[in-house]
Amino acid sequence: MTQREDEFLGYVQSGGQVEVDDWMPDEYRARLRKFIEMHANSELMGVLPEREWILRAPTLQRKLALTAKVQDEVGHAQLIYRVVEDLGKPREQCLDDLISGKSKFHNVFHYPTKTWGDVGVIAWLVDAAAIISQKALLKCSYAPYARIMKKICWEESFHILHGRDVVLTLMLGTDEQRELVQEALNRWWGPLMQFHGNPIGPEDDPMYVWRIKSQGNDEARQQFLDGYVPQIWELGLTVPDPELRKDEETGRWHYAEPDWDELMHVVTGHGPKTADRLDLRRNARENSAWVRSVLLAA
Amino acid sequence: MIYEVFRQERKGQAFQHAGSIEAPDERFAEWYAREQYGRRGESTALWVVPREAVHPIEDFVDELNRNYHRVDGYPLKEKLKEARERAGTASRRNR
Amino acid sequence: MSERAQLLVAIADDELILGWRDSEWTGIAPFLEEDVAFSSIAQNEIGHARALYELAARDLETTADELAFDRRPEDYRCSELVQLRLPEWERTIARHVLYEEADAARLRELMASDDVELAGLAAKIDREEAYHRMHAQMWADRLRDEPRFAAALDELRPLVDLRDGHTPELTELWEQMTEVRRSVPGATW
Repeated sequence: MTQREDEFLGYVQSGGQVEVDDWMPDEYRARLRKFIEMHANSELMGVLPEREWILRAPTLQRKLALTAKVQDEVGHAQLIYRVVEDLGKPREQCLDDLISGKSKFHNVFHYPTKTWGDVGVIAWLVDAAAIISQKALLKCSYAPYARIMKKICWEESFHILHGRDVVLTLMLGTDEQRELVQEALNRWWGPLMQFHGNPIGPEDDPMYVWRIKSQGNDEARQQFLDGYVPQIWELGLTVPDPELRKDEETGRWHYAEPDWDELMHVVTGHGPKTADRLDLRRNARENSAWVRSVLLAA
Repeated sequence: MIYEVFRQERKGQAFQHAGSIEAPDERFAEWYAREQYGRRGESTALWVVPREAVHPIEDFVDELNRNYHRVDGYPLKEKLKEARERAGTASRRNR
Repeated sequence: MSERAQLLVAIADDELILGWRDSEWTGIAPFLEEDVAFSSIAQNEIGHARALYELAARDLETTADELAFDRRPEDYRCSELVQLRLPEWERTIARHVLYEEADAARLRELMASDDVELAGLAAKIDREEAYHRMHAQMWADRLRDEPRFAAALDELRPLVDLRDGHTPELTELWEQMTEVRRSVPGATW
């Protein structure tokens, strides 16, 4: 590392903020852009599992809430791709790489949604897992990204309430409806536990070293369990992990080791719905290419 | 074209930079800004400005420490102490 | 059903089905900024439908959701224009332009109605629709020289006032719309 890079490292590690036109080490810029791009891709792909249920929402209220939630996610993708673009990679190139499979998106968006139970569980728990990471990103050393995270976190707060409302309504309903939630939870638990990433220590995680992330993966996972397992249990739902328990002395949760092979397999483009969803994006994009050219013509 | 959006949260508050949007022209930019930064009524007002109209300035020169027009250029403690002693009002204050 | 309820339900059906169709673009619109904008339009339309159904529901001693979801496809009173599934942007915008024009005329009449409640609601809806009209105009101006847009306008114009036919498209949409609701009849969601 050169002296200038070393000074930069010291600067961000003591809370220094970086703006778009500031000098950055090549490694910082490259890692930063890739990380942010994956986030943008995830917001955009996260739309697809939920879209199917917009069309099937069973009340006017749910229809409006779900449409608004998905709209927010599209809005988040817009905010984040703009940050990536200002870092030097145009949106169209990002979308090309997403569709071709060259760049990645989060594991949870590679899985199918099968019932209305999934709609509740996703909005409540997947969004909760995401918001924990997003709150940690409020302290990102790269200021333009930290700033948009404020708006994103603020909008996500309604998503979790909406999810909780859907779940609570189902849990207060018929046996069939309660079963929808439990069954969805059984399927989503694995991906949720993998969501925050493998248990790399923060000092070994370059994202943490450069203060792009301000929290280690395991810490995020512990926060998720601490916040949400009690919420799950208090509804009479069970978590499909017999090893899950909190050590009252240390305050740490113990759980069965998540399947890291599955995580790697899925994020490298082999999830159950990866191909279908990328196809949908590809087709939508191709069909509307003419619109973008018309708009670009002065 | 990129447009920068500034938003005012409550009347009387300063407009703050909120983000940027891409739009083919002003009409579209207004629509998109209103939606991205105001669909929840979270802003009282917005300013939408083409990016090239915003000129960043990040260099400021003060080689000779011009503290004559700043508060830190006026450390008065010592002079005040002396002036009080001269006027005989110092001891009363020091009690 | 009283004449008033019939009128309310017909307009609500238009807004509901159009809003449902427009919401199909959320997540896959031509570009992200437009995706967000068009989704608000779809949500507004559903919101209008809800307000209109609520008014009718009081007269009919039922609920807005029951009116919106629990009728048979042949009982909906929406125009054929809104029933079509239009996965092409030029046809969606053409419908948007045509619908907003027709709706503006309808709302003007309602705002002049002796029915104070209805006139009041129509005025509220019209204030939101003003933005929709602006959006439609903005796109119409941009697509003015596109042959496929002109073709779409020609294709869809005859359907604006057609209210007697029930297209298979509506039945297909109804099946999707009511799928979850019908899975546990009478349940709260």
